[in-house]
Amino acid sequence: MDMLRAIDVHFDYTYENEAPQVVLQGVDLAIEKGSFVAVLGHNGCGKSTLAKHFNALLLPTGGQVLVADMTTADEDNTYPIRRRVGMVLQNPDNQLVSTIVEEDVAFGPENLGLPPAEIRARVDAALAAVDMTAYKDHSPHRLSGGQKQRIAIAGVLAMHPDCLLLDEPTAMLDPQGRREVLDTVCRLNHEQGMTVVLITHYMEEAALADRVVVMDEGRVVLDGTPRQVFAQGERLTALGLDVPQPTALCAALRQRGVDIPADLLTPEECAAAILKRLKN
Amino acid sequence: MMKDITLGQYFPGNSLLHRLDPRMKLVLTLFFIVLVFLPRNWWGLLTVGLFLLLVIGLSRLPLRLMWRSTKPVLFLVLFTSILNVLYVHEGTVLVHWGFLRITTGGLQSAAFIAIRILCLILGSSLLTYTTTPTALTDAIERLLSPLKVIKVNPHELAMMMTIALRFIPTLMEETDKIMSAQKARGADMESGGLVQRVKALIPILIPLFVSSFRRAYDLAMAMECRCYQGGEGRTRMKQLRTALRDWLSLTVYAAVGVGIVLLNIYFGKVL
Repeated sequence: MDMLRAIDVHFDYTYENEAPQVVLQGVDLAIEKGSFVAVLGHNGCGKSTLAKHFNALLLPTGGQVLVADMTTADEDNTYPIRRRVGMVLQNPDNQLVSTIVEEDVAFGPENLGLPPAEIRARVDAALAAVDMTAYKDHSPHRLSGGQKQRIAIAGVLAMHPDCLLLDEPTAMLDPQGRREVLDTVCRLNHEQGMTVVLITHYMEEAALADRVVVMDEGRVVLDGTPRQVFAQGERLTALGLDVPQPTALCAALRQRGVDIPADLLTPEECAAAILKRLKN
Repeated sequence: MMKDITLGQYFPGNSLLHRLDPRMKLVLTLFFIVLVFLPRNWWGLLTVGLFLLLVIGLSRLPLRLMWRSTKPVLFLVLFTSILNVLYVHEGTVLVHWGFLRITTGGLQSAAFIAIRILCLILGSSLLTYTTTPTALTDAIERLLSPLKVIKVNPHELAMMMTIALRFIPTLMEETDKIMSAQKARGADMESGGLVQRVKALIPILIPLFVSSFRRAYDLAMAMECRCYQGGEGRTRMKQLRTALRDWLSLTVYAAVGVGIVLLNIYFGKVL
């Protein structure tokens, strides 16, 4: 079953007395339950706008968005959809509501009107899932960026969503915090089968996903496994994106006539392939 | 530097006062303020004073905290005392010098007022010392819930307070950053007259405002994502429950109140 589905989605911002600003022009995308999809694209390509459509924060001006077969256009579906699709934003400081970690995590379930005992159980489980139980009585402003972002993820998990939508969650974090957040996300996907949509502009992060979708000017331009997508180095460069360093190295070697595969992603794979070439 | 500003005045502990239901503590604090204004003679005031000392003892707070909360109001205490000395002309005259006339009645009422203000400050600061801001907000929300009848929404008030508390340290940090950034570009904030200094604040306030609005927008979006729809249909993880100790405390406060009234009747009005 498709968890998220965008069917020919168009979207434009219209301001008074101004020409409409077109952001999405016909996005077709289906995201399967349990998959880990990275959405790549340079600034202004419409990836964040698309993410907001999957949470009914924005409604398409043309086409249709379906979340678990519910259309976002129907207002009655708004809250059921938001419960299923948990969204984590870029700035960890701007999405925490409460002055105490565990109360912040409880914010979502409290909004759902669950009984107190159930909320308690969910909060404890969510904090354990992001490995932040030790900090449950802390005040968020004392935590590091990575920890804050994990609290934001816990806050979403406590609502028991089917899908986690992360809009550049690591853009404001240091390398340590970035690793913490990505480890958490990967674990949730592998161990709990959580559907993950990760919007990013870091290639190394996209390489962790099962599937990479590249957007440009409000359309999906590339879609495939990380290997398939990153093998198209020139195309990515033309779209204003980088290629992961190992892939770029292999591409440069190939250009000089070295026979080496074009779809290597990790430094280890790349090193192994080069060694193999050198030995021959 | 600004990051270290204490949020509220909460002093962690596990005393009887810390464990009281915050709603009851709020009610008791209001009740205590009434108690402070009840006495009409020294015996009543003495009762209030002793009772306050007992409560402070029960709170197990370090005495320097008490000193810290009184220090800023000492001037006020002194000022009202002096006014009382100068303007109350009762009893025997001790000093008569030009327009200055100090009487025994004046001195007495000055001392009475001073003690009363000190009791008031200490008694109410106990509330913020022993209650976390969150618990306090919670208590206010629930105590104000009858206001729903007149279309005041206590949940929204409480939510605003929570968010304000949550963002104070964040905005402090941001102010710090903006100040450093402007200083790095040669902004001078430490010299010049008052007008110049106020003007120097503009390049700090404008970016701070802009970023606050951006934060507000983000936060609203994050709250919507988490199915926030206002107070309607919302439940709370932490339930407030009154225990026996809460009702016992209320009884003790009431007893002290009755005691003071009786002392007022028995000894009559002195002041």
